[in-house]
Amino acid sequence: MEKLINLEKKINSELTTKINSSRVKHNQIYLSIDSNDIIDVILFLKTNENTKFRQLIDITAVDFPEKEQRFRIVYLLLSHEFNTRVLIEFDISEGEKVPSLTKIFPSANWMEREVFDMYGIDFKDHPDLRRILTDYGFKGYPLRKDFPITGHNEVRYSEESKKVIYEPVKLEQNYRNFDYESPWEGTKYIKNQTKE
Amino acid sequence: MAKQTKTLNLNFGPQHPAAHGVLRLILELDGEVVEKADPHIGLLHRGTEKLIENKTYAQAVPYFDRLDYVAPMNQEHAFALAIEKILKIEVPIRAQFIRVMFCEIGRILSHILNITTQALDVGALTPSLWGFEERETLMTFYERVSGSRLHANYFRAGGVHQDMPRGLDADIFDFTKKFPKIIDDLESLLTENRIFKQRNVDIGVVSKQDALDYSFSGVMLRGSNVPWDLRKSQPYDCYDQMDFKIPVGKNGDCYDRYLCRVEEMRESVKIINQCLQKMPKGPIKSTDGKISPPPKKELKESMEALIHHFKLFTEGYRVEKDEIYTAVEAPKGEFGVYLISDGSSRPYKCKIRAPGFSHLQAMDYLIKGHMLADVPAVLGSLDIVFGEIDR
Repeated sequence: MEKLINLEKKINSELTTKINSSRVKHNQIYLSIDSNDIIDVILFLKTNENTKFRQLIDITAVDFPEKEQRFRIVYLLLSHEFNTRVLIEFDISEGEKVPSLTKIFPSANWMEREVFDMYGIDFKDHPDLRRILTDYGFKGYPLRKDFPITGHNEVRYSEESKKVIYEPVKLEQNYRNFDYESPWEGTKYIKNQTKE
Repeated sequence: MAKQTKTLNLNFGPQHPAAHGVLRLILELDGEVVEKADPHIGLLHRGTEKLIENKTYAQAVPYFDRLDYVAPMNQEHAFALAIEKILKIEVPIRAQFIRVMFCEIGRILSHILNITTQALDVGALTPSLWGFEERETLMTFYERVSGSRLHANYFRAGGVHQDMPRGLDADIFDFTKKFPKIIDDLESLLTENRIFKQRNVDIGVVSKQDALDYSFSGVMLRGSNVPWDLRKSQPYDCYDQMDFKIPVGKNGDCYDRYLCRVEEMRESVKIINQCLQKMPKGPIKSTDGKISPPPKKELKESMEALIHHFKLFTEGYRVEKDEIYTAVEAPKGEFGVYLISDGSSRPYKCKIRAPGFSHLQAMDYLIKGHMLADVPAVLGSLDIVFGEIDR
């Protein structure tokens, strides 16, 4: 734990202008930065003698539709030498482009493609930004919170046309989303009533 | 006149026995030499992460069985650990031993499948017949402890679902006595086999630096001489009490990765043995009624237990607002769960880090310049399972 706090201090003193906030929790360092600085920060963490975060574990995004800066991009790095993990994050608004890490870590290629596929976030200078997990010709970004869990299209084999066809989803029963919150703590509709 | 060359595009899969599932590879060939490989994945995409966001924490566990379906409990472990760390739950010692033991059984399950199918891909049929018999025995252990051969749904935040049935520990102990002999038999078929070596030695060589750059983990990393195993470096549950070694390869080729897997199975047997010896009696899940359901007997007598039961199976337990990344050493590499909780009983975001995803990504780099016949050999040694890659 002390080792981590020292490391956090070191990173903070080296990158003072670039780090907005940092904390240590769950045996990891969390850094919050600006989207423009991502390349500099990652390069520093990868090459510096005291950090050596030489492995990119994952890139992902989180959707907060109610916020002005809707998406949070998260990078997870691992340092084998120092046996530590760091988590770097920044917020961007819809339509904003993020610098691609493919030049620094070749493995960022598919990870960024996945973020693009799932959230529709564009990466600057990415060599091959195609969809990766969804179907050929898929529309929409499934992991955004406003994408319905049932999706839009369903696929079946049509006996008449002798081929696989796409149709809008038809559900025998509507998707049921139960509100199980404790009644004595107030369900949403009671909370709304008591507010008025 | 300059000689003109023309490359041929070949579609490999998605229905191909050597593709280990539904992989579609677009290969660009110059004669028989592969110039470029473009894997198309996602044919098994089920939207696991989206579904988990709409389920309570307890309901999300079965989705983890369906990721890497040859070693289901290892995935559940990562998810259970993530929740436990946020909620700061103490896991009873017995539960820790049971979990570690079944994770190692999962590792053997996965490695048998990989070694034997890799052999199958390069032309040896017998190992798969011998190996699958042992997998069947191991899956019976899964069935006896959880009620299901594959999709166990056994690990919970705070422990495991139920205690081991009587007699199971003796049978597992029996297995650990017999199994090293089976590994020897498998090795006698493969390790010094001329054809197996011709097909695997110096094929798909990964250098140390590239293994790091391409985010490799698990055997893919250790095969390239990087001694890194999360069970040793960041031990979880009771791995720090276990005595085992980490086999490391030298050349980073398909053959070294095969050897690493064989040795890892031997080490797993040792861990299982130690678990059986050290396992104390006691509770197998957290006694906190707000997190783990009460025993059936209490439901009839205790009002509090009844309320706990009702709340746990309707609303589920709530997890305070937090953000965490937890990883375990799954048979295929570092399997991680990045969880964001928002104080409700459902995860706000659950990103699953599958080791196979980064391994398959390196396919183009691994196969460039190799012959077409090496494609199945390299694919086999990557140890990919589409459940986890496509999620």
